[in-house]
Amino acid sequence: MKYLPTLVIATLVGFLARLYMLRRDYRQYPSYPQGWAIHLFLGFIGGAIGAIIVPAILEGDFSAVSFLLLAASQFREVRNVERETLSSMEATEMVKRGTAYIEGIARVFEARNYLAIWVALSAAVASELLADIGWWRMAAGVLVGAVLAAVLVRLMQGDLIGDIASVELSEIKFEGALVVIEGTVMMNVGLPESRRVYEERALAASVRPKGPNAKATLANLGQMQAIAHDVSSMIGVYMDVGEQEFIPMVRRDPATGSLRVLMVPSERDEDAFLAAIRRVPVLEGAVRKPLTSYAGKMID
Amino acid sequence: MDKIILAVVALDQTRVGGGAPIFYARDQEELEELAVLISRIFGAAVHDLHNDVYIIVKH
Repeated sequence: MKYLPTLVIATLVGFLARLYMLRRDYRQYPSYPQGWAIHLFLGFIGGAIGAIIVPAILEGDFSAVSFLLLAASQFREVRNVERETLSSMEATEMVKRGTAYIEGIARVFEARNYLAIWVALSAAVASELLADIGWWRMAAGVLVGAVLAAVLVRLMQGDLIGDIASVELSEIKFEGALVVIEGTVMMNVGLPESRRVYEERALAASVRPKGPNAKATLANLGQMQAIAHDVSSMIGVYMDVGEQEFIPMVRRDPATGSLRVLMVPSERDEDAFLAAIRRVPVLEGAVRKPLTSYAGKMID
Repeated sequence: MDKIILAVVALDQTRVGGGAPIFYARDQEELEELAVLISRIFGAAVHDLHNDVYIIVKH
């Protein structure tokens, strides 16, 4: 079994690449430990597929290659599974993720399996190309795989809100029952008691886009909902089930394209609030680039 | 349609009418209390129409 070192090392590298791409952060998604077990196993399968393709080609066994590519296409199913899981959990979220965010997460999880396959493939190719140097080929495979994994992870990293917009605190004003932030009416808070809670505890911010591309991206409803969800999952919300008047709000000022974020956090910390908004990811599905169009350039 | 008026709470009988259940209050205090109680039952939000009329809206 002359391909054994290649198979072992490439599968392992692909698996480790998937592990490296799994991050445990405030989102707690994939959930730990069951969600991790699922994704690590899928990463292992991906790594094995990437690893086996190279010996199969070298042996001229193209039917095996076709089958492996067919198997790789099964990872599409990952996206559906993720979407279904997150959608069915949506009803239990105090502040909804929104379909755009769910779609984004599902896409990332599908893509990461393909990345694991690429990494395993590159490690296998390196290991086979350097078959002459004996066991050192395994080290070469690891090195190539690690470099590719690092590069791919960096390339796959999307922007954060802080990259495309400036975020500043804003003053909360009341006009009768209306909560107004820098001229944008956020909502009608009917009860005087609720208004008192807003006066004492609420925080508001303006998200000002840097340029027309950012403005178009921020105008996406899914992006607005993602901000509301992520900020509340990072700093917590002051609300109970059914207390709709304290639900975090994101509204858009049509004149400038700025977003206004209003929420009642569980702890009133202005810096944490701003930092949380800046760290919300820009959804891939929300990104618009009007400046690349002819008409968009005319306006700018 | 996802927003529904579940109830209307008002002081002045001449200012409201129509399909949603209407609750009349004797004074401002009772008006607010009724609005709170009804909104908590439905898990809905209270909105002030600025004319001593509150509507309870499910969002």
